[in-house]
Amino acid sequence: MLKRIFNRISDWVEDRTGIITTIGEMARHLAPPDAKWWYVFGSATLCAFMIQVLSGVALAFSYIPSASQAYPTLQFISDEAPFGHFLRGLHYYGASAMVLMVGLHMAQVFLFGSYKFPRELSWATGVLLLGFTLVMGFTGQLLRWDQNAVWSVVVGAEQAGRVPLIGNWLAHFTLGGDTVGGATLTRFFAIHVFIMPALIFAFVGLHLWLVLRHGISEPPTAGKPVDPKTYREEYKELLEKTGRPFWPDAAWRDAVFCVGMIVGIAALALFFGAPVLGKPPDPSIIAASPRPDWYLLWYFAVLALLPHGSEKYFMVFGPLLVGILLIALPFISNRGERSPSRRPWAIAAVVMIVLMIAALWVKGVRSPWSPNFKAQPLALSVIGATNGPVFIGAQLFHSKGCLNCHLIGDDGGRRGPDLTDVASRLPKSQMILRIANGGVNMPAYAGNITQADMDALVAFLETRKTRRP
Amino acid sequence: MNENTNSHTHSCQRPAPTPEEITRRRFLERVILVAGGIGALILTVPIVGFILAPFFARPPKIWRSVGKVESFKIGATAAVQYEDASALSWAGVTARSAAWLRRVDADTFVAFSINCTHLGCPVRWLAQANLFMCPCHGGVYYQDGAVAAGPPPLPLPRYPVRVKNGDVQIETSSIPITK
Repeated sequence: MLKRIFNRISDWVEDRTGIITTIGEMARHLAPPDAKWWYVFGSATLCAFMIQVLSGVALAFSYIPSASQAYPTLQFISDEAPFGHFLRGLHYYGASAMVLMVGLHMAQVFLFGSYKFPRELSWATGVLLLGFTLVMGFTGQLLRWDQNAVWSVVVGAEQAGRVPLIGNWLAHFTLGGDTVGGATLTRFFAIHVFIMPALIFAFVGLHLWLVLRHGISEPPTAGKPVDPKTYREEYKELLEKTGRPFWPDAAWRDAVFCVGMIVGIAALALFFGAPVLGKPPDPSIIAASPRPDWYLLWYFAVLALLPHGSEKYFMVFGPLLVGILLIALPFISNRGERSPSRRPWAIAAVVMIVLMIAALWVKGVRSPWSPNFKAQPLALSVIGATNGPVFIGAQLFHSKGCLNCHLIGDDGGRRGPDLTDVASRLPKSQMILRIANGGVNMPAYAGNITQADMDALVAFLETRKTRRP
Repeated sequence: MNENTNSHTHSCQRPAPTPEEITRRRFLERVILVAGGIGALILTVPIVGFILAPFFARPPKIWRSVGKVESFKIGATAAVQYEDASALSWAGVTARSAAWLRRVDADTFVAFSINCTHLGCPVRWLAQANLFMCPCHGGVYYQDGAVAAGPPPLPLPRYPVRVKNGDVQIETSSIPITK
């Protein structure tokens, strides 16, 4: 009885809209049979995006995008609202998953040569979607609107400011004026909540439309290069012979993977929770150490490690060049071998990019270039003296800021060389020379230190020797 | 159903359009394009103008008192806070700004931006070391704002500062953007 009613309703809807057949045909389009678990990352990205849409819409029920009220509403969401903390975690780890899945999807498509004829525009729209995802990540971090967010806006504006000719305009556009203020947050809110999602929806639509138009690419076979003249016919033949309907023969893997990802994200949100809110967004609180979220931490490392003076060009042309190269890839080479076993340089490129980002990321986590402002005065056991020049020198080592950048034992910063056993490798004259003249990353203390202080400091450093039993 | 089939067959069997019909259609296409263009222009100018408003706005500059002259020690550098020139009423704490104020001698003050010229992070003053140090990438400046070490391409920018009626005043300025 119920089934009859349901069938009549669906028949009626189908008659008036035609939508059930249309979607059904799309879902059952033929896919190559051996497209297996390698092919889940694209749909996983979409799945992560849907988590972002749902959790984002929910967060918007409480979030007030106002410079003065965003922070209190975030406190409310984190501390008071039922499920609020969990929801923030969901949105954060969902974003992380989306970035990760975009990366995996891209690497898989690249390694399988799926970007070649006739799928050039699938790749190009994918690169744009990667860009949109990163913009979402950056603007999303800003909507957290704590101290870190405010300084990230300033850092973003400074980078925009390096663009030739229109840099100053772009910087003002980023800040929404001359300084961080009432007009700043709403800009990022509009970008994060309206403009970027609309672009992502539109381009995901186009991206999927292209999948339907050209079909899911068959896993590559070594020795079977892509020839634009014959590819379409061969692909059609392959599907006619061995193709399986995407729904459900291939879709079940996407569904399983997506659900697994949701479980993983929910578990992370539950057990680790959202990033802790920082201090209030008051730009006059000077004690701030802005850091981007993990997915941009490697880029933070790039900016720190570039040779001084070159970052001006890099900040503008670096990302631009990467974007252009990525989009240009299928137009430079859209034919030939697809199999990674015949494209060793493709494997090398992926391995190198992954290693590069991983290495930069590890550096970014430790950020040895950042002075350590939490360095404590050296312990007496480390100093090895309770009075006299060595003791005074140790106090100066802290007060003159040396310890912010140099390690003595476990205490200090990592910006400059570790001085735990400096006396084993430098004579007194060299120490004085280096303290007085400084270097590229060290200030010259010549005009900044008295002779007596210099003597005490060097006396302390001369006691820094490796103690061998 | 019949009706549909009929109209479909009918349109398939239409005779080739006459030259008059072609001219008329071209004309109608142009009408659509021109009308659409006018509509888009009417919408675009105010919308884009509204979004780009910060390009054109030049907020007024105001002298803000940051403290009595005698509250600053000669030779010392201190953080001072003040309110931006034209803070929006919903700006809250984001309307606040800070600067490093150095009293060079009895009547000379220098106000430094707290923004590192490398990427804008807030530099800290290490009083005993006589150095400004940036927490982001380790830029260091001397007490006069000159670059001492690290990636900053320029000295710390200075803000206009004056003494009026015993008050030290700083003129509100934009965040310095390194070009």
